[in-house]
Formats: sequence, structure tokens, C-alpha cells
Amino acid sequence: MSDNYVPKSAVGKWFNERLPLLDLIYGHLMPYPTPKNLNYFWTFGGILTFCLVTQIITGLVLAMHYVADADLAFASVEHIMRDVNYGWLLRYIHANGASLFFMAVYIHMARSMFYGSYKEPRELIWIIGVFIFLLMIATAFMGYVLPWGQMSFWGATVITNLFSAIPIVGESVTNWLWGGYAVGSPLLTRFFTLHYLMPFLIFALVILHVWALHVPGNNNPEGIDVVKGSQDTVPFHPHYVVKDLFALVVFLIIFAGFVFFVPNLLGHTDNYIQANPLQTPEHIVPEWYFLPFYAILRAVPDKLGGVILMVSAIAILAFLPWLDTSKVRSAKYRPLYKQFVWLFFANTIFLGYLGAQVADGLFLIMGRIATVYYFAHFIIILPLLGYIEKTKPLPKSLSEPVLTKEEKEMLASGATT
Amino acid sequence: MSDKPVTRRNFLYITTGTFTAAGAASLVWPFVDQMNPDASVKALASTEVDLRPITPGQSITVLWRGKPVFIRRRTPEEISEAKAVSLDELPDPQDDAARAKNPEWLVMVGICTHLGCIPLGQKGEYNGWFCPCHGSHYDTSGRIRKGPAPTNLEIPDYVFLNDNTIKIG
Repeated sequence: MSDNYVPKSAVGKWFNERLPLLDLIYGHLMPYPTPKNLNYFWTFGGILTFCLVTQIITGLVLAMHYVADADLAFASVEHIMRDVNYGWLLRYIHANGASLFFMAVYIHMARSMFYGSYKEPRELIWIIGVFIFLLMIATAFMGYVLPWGQMSFWGATVITNLFSAIPIVGESVTNWLWGGYAVGSPLLTRFFTLHYLMPFLIFALVILHVWALHVPGNNNPEGIDVVKGSQDTVPFHPHYVVKDLFALVVFLIIFAGFVFFVPNLLGHTDNYIQANPLQTPEHIVPEWYFLPFYAILRAVPDKLGGVILMVSAIAILAFLPWLDTSKVRSAKYRPLYKQFVWLFFANTIFLGYLGAQVADGLFLIMGRIATVYYFAHFIIILPLLGYIEKTKPLPKSLSEPVLTKEEKEMLASGATT
Repeated sequence: MSDKPVTRRNFLYITTGTFTAAGAASLVWPFVDQMNPDASVKALASTEVDLRPITPGQSITVLWRGKPVFIRRRTPEEISEAKAVSLDELPDPQDDAARAKNPEWLVMVGICTHLGCIPLGQKGEYNGWFCPCHGSHYDTSGRIRKGPAPTNLEIPDYVFLNDNTIKIG
């Protein structure tokens, strides 16, 4: 696909002969053969790339005004909000951008789960994706600490204290992370440094993610293999460039709605109170996108156990390609999996709801049940389904499911459509 | 390698490789250790507190090494309550006498041993401290009684300089 690109201008030719960069980009963006039946759930890759770039650009300019020091950080964020030209806009884009980034990534992951995109031969794409998700979690958490409000401070305290659960060396590890004996300036400065670094690591992983994707090509809603260049594929440009752009515009409308009308809806009001190491807020909650994992942490009455379970809840995703023993990818052809995967999504959202409640009484019991179900999905239901489920027959091509009976007969008799 | 004789070249490869690896590994340490508490943080290691303003049943919170330290002048009821508990009932058994040098004064780090929140005083099912974050209950001796926290509230090193002053750290 890349060998038929010829730059039109003399400069382009000169450059491309010495460094075939244009060739490479062209090959991946223009003729790249894409299954013709991709639905709107496939537009989130493009949306996520947009989110990453938006976060990097707004973050870069915010860093020009922010001061990473425990005494000055809170005031510098207020300075951005009140004094810096358009500072309020840049900060609201950055803060809401993080939330929408997670919304998009959860839909992207759910799409992969529903249509079995993580299965052979796309395991590595999925695993790179899990690493991107991990880096996103770390980046978002550290970013939330930077404004140095009450939730920043106490969120950082609770999460860094997770490391104190490690037997024997726990205390040394937390003191090392803090650069002191409690959360304070040294931690803030190093979090700022890492928060700045990680998006670039994510960017590098995104390149690997797309590179690995373009080897086997996209999965599709039918979950069957398509032959590149056959009637089942269309060139990426213009078909999916336009579709992705349309989805992006819809996404941007929602994004703008948050930024301009309810910029603080997804944040916590306590974070507009400056960090106070002598007073813990009544009720510490993480940002909404961490709530399911927070619920899992709290479901266990044991400190170390809770930490191990929470880390496992994310780590287990990396093993998904092997835990799912079914050879059929798409849930469309897996009647039992289709129900269980919806149940899993519902259960995860329910965990998120529980993560926002006070962990006591009935909420705690429900949290435990939902946590058990979360893990049961991966280590009991998925491995078993591959053996007991009777899957529906797969179509031979992407056209088959949408053709009428007459058209199929015509194809079978050798006539052209 | 086993069927070939060990040559001078093998020796040079292995020694060069070992020295390079050891040298590189030793350089990792400064990059790791720079994150540990620095000299200026360690210099703030002790705090002196005047106890005179505190009446029985009152507590104050002081900052020591960036951590809150609770100093409570316990009431006689609280002391007897703490002493009456049988050690078998405690998840982290510790005698009250081992936690308060002078039974009237309870000095402890005010950080929940679960995930580092600050427990609220004179709350919870045991009339001691209650952590609002994840629901740990401590008794009047700061011992964990119920909830996810694994250990009792930590007792810092402290000495009574005289009847009215303590030095923490």
C-alpha cells in the first residue's frame, strides 16, 4: 500500500527519497484497507488520539503558569483561573478533557470486549492498550494532585499509603515516594514532573498500538477475518476519515457542553479548599473514573488484600485474550457471552456507583458481591463459556448478513451483483 | 562454551562485562536515593510541646514531621475503660500501659493505619477515634477495634522533659 505513493512536488520528492516519512503516514492514513462494516464504536480510537493531543497542548500551556510547590500550587491554580488570559478556558478544557478521555477509553475497551477485538491475532494490540490505560490512570491521578486542594491532598495520601501495605519494606517505600514522612512539597514536585512525562510515554505507546493494529487490520462487528483488498474492505480515506471526523464533531459538542456549561460537574467541590494536612474531608472520593476500582479496594476488610485485589482488577485485563477460550470473536454470534458481557458492563457501572457511597452496611455487602462477580467474569465465566456455549454460524463474508435471500442465491449461482 | 577451552578472550569479556554492569548498577542508587527524605526534612525531626493549657478531656493536635500528633489528656473514665479491656479482644494486642507512659497523657500519631486519613476524636463505637474514610474504630487507648486498619495508632518516640513539657521525636 505504501509503495504507490508519489509526492507531487519536487520538494516532496526530494524529501521522500531521503526520508520516506510521507510515504509511511500516507500508507497508514489513506489507502489502509478497513472492513466496510465498522460501526460508530470504532470511531473512539480517533477520538482518543484527539483527547491525548488536547491534553498535551492544554497541559503544556498550563505548565507555563503553574507552580509545583505546596505553598504556592493552590494559589497558582486560582491565578490561572482568574488572572491568566483565557486561563479558565484552558484549565476547564484540561480538567474536563481528562474525564472525557476516560469516558472514551471505557467505551473503546467495552467495544473491544463486546466484539472480541482482543483475540488472536490482536492480543498484543490489547496488551499495549492495557499499558496505555495503566499510564492514563497514573497520569490522571497525579494530575488531580497538582491543584493541591483537599481532595488532591487526601487522595494522594490514601493512594500513596497503599504502598505501606507491602510487608516489611512498606514504610520505607512510602517515605521514599513522599520524600518525607507525609505528603508534602517533595511529592507534589515529583508528581508534576511525572505528570508532564507520562503523556509522551502514552503517545509512544499509541504509535505502537496503531502499528500493531495495522498488521492484521481492524476487527469488525461480525468478528470474522476479512481479506485485505477484497470486497469486504474499503480504503481508510475517505470512508473512515469522514466517519471518524463526524463522530469527533459529536464528541466535541458534548465536550464543549461540559467545558462551557457545567465545568465543575465532574469535579469535587472540596478541591476548591486548599489542602490541609490536619483535617481529612468527611468523605474522600476519587474522580468518577476510578470509582469501580475504589469500590473493589474497599470491599476487602484487609489492607493488603484490598490493595492486591484492586491491582489485580486492572492487571487481569492483560490476560483477557487467554482467559476467553472461545474462538468466536463477536458477541453477535455468542448468545450466552452477549448476556454475560452486558452483565459485566452493568456490574462495573454498579461498582462505580458503590465506590461513591460510604462503605458501610448494605453498600459494603453489595460491594463485595459485585467485586466477586467482577473477578468471576474473568476467571470462571469466560474460560467456561468457550467450552459450553453453542455459537451461531459465522457468515463467510461481511456482505452475507446484510444480503437478501434472492441476492444470496444469485451469488451462489455465480451471477454478479 | 563447555567443550571449548577457556581463553584469555573469554576472561577479558567476562571481566569487562562484570565491571561495566557493576558500575552502571552502582550509578542507579543516586537516582533512587535522591527521592528519599532529604537533610532539611530530617532536620525537623523533633517538636517540643507545652502541656499546661490542656485540661482533662481535652486534646490538641501538633504537627511533627508533617504528620499530625494527637496529645490527649484522658479522663479517669477513659483510662479505666482502656485498662479494663482484655487483650484477647484486640486485633493488635497491646497493653494500655505500653501505650501511655503516663496514663493521663496519650500521645500518638493521628494517622489512621489503614490509608492515612486523620481519625476524628471521641467518636466511633469505642468512644476513642473513628476514621471517616473507611470506617476504622479505635478505643480510648488508640487501639484498633473494628474496621480495615491493621494496627493500633502509632506511638511516636517522646520523652517528658519535665511535668509540663514533652519532646516528640
